[in-house]
Amino acid sequence: MSHNEIQHDASHGSVKTYLIGFLLSVILTAIPFYVVISGDFSKATTLWSIVILAIVQIWVHLKYFLHLNFITESGRANSFSFLFSALIIIMVVGLSVWIIYASNAMMMY
Amino acid sequence: MSTVSAQIDTKVVSHEHHDASGDTIFGFWLYLMTDCLLFASFFATYAVLFMNTAGGVSGKDIFELDFVAVETAALLISSITFGFAMIAAQGQKKGWTLNWLLITFCLGASFIAMELYEFTHLIEHGNGPQGSAFLSSFFALVGLHGLHVTAGLIWMTVMMIEVARRGLGNATVTRLSCLSLFWHFLDIVWICVFTVVYLMGAM
Repeated sequence: MSHNEIQHDASHGSVKTYLIGFLLSVILTAIPFYVVISGDFSKATTLWSIVILAIVQIWVHLKYFLHLNFITESGRANSFSFLFSALIIIMVVGLSVWIIYASNAMMMY
Repeated sequence: MSTVSAQIDTKVVSHEHHDASGDTIFGFWLYLMTDCLLFASFFATYAVLFMNTAGGVSGKDIFELDFVAVETAALLISSITFGFAMIAAQGQKKGWTLNWLLITFCLGASFIAMELYEFTHLIEHGNGPQGSAFLSSFFALVGLHGLHVTAGLIWMTVMMIEVARRGLGNATVTRLSCLSLFWHFLDIVWICVFTVVYLMGAM
């Protein structure tokens, strides 16, 4: 595969990359639903497995459906702006939860 | 100085074929990133409020995971059918583009129909958004995602008319690319919704 084709694949995707992404997503969706519906696992195992599988699935979607990459110029611009938003999201959600749960704990117990 | 400007010139020329469309798509991507922040604040609200059920129902009582699994499947399959529509559009295959867009539209519409059914079912049983802080934040978060999908469906209808009437020119393919980003982005948000709201709620 020539350099140009790699660039093309990275920014547009082909039937193959979409099918790979789809298959991975199906597996990564089926497992957490099975884990929760079956209820065979401890609460901590269930929680951690669904969180980790969700993060992996988001990565699969970003790579195979949204074509984020560090190869093409536009891919890099998109990837870095996403990483910046991800940082802000972690701060907004993480810190809100931390502050409110800490104040809850202080007021009630 | 002249060498520098010559270098810039060659750079501009070599990028010319996708310059304007690339800028449009990057601009739309930045909008999606700000939309992420909107969703993030709704997720934070839900995470803070979900235990405050005011003595009413909790997630465990109202979430039906089989139903949510079918909704998830509809949205996930619509992601790959939109991917096929984009491949057809880049190959200038008008008929296939329209077919795949139509299939994507039907899957998205069935997702919205299922969500509306879920909402009306909850409201009929007295678990409307006014019931508790948990229900308010649940309706706000899932409803916000549903509104986005609805907007995507309206946009998709407009794009199908445009492709049918004007064919697949550069501007049309650029607009389709933006819609494709929007659609895949909503699928990512849904991953977070089913994980944080439904799966964690039903644990």
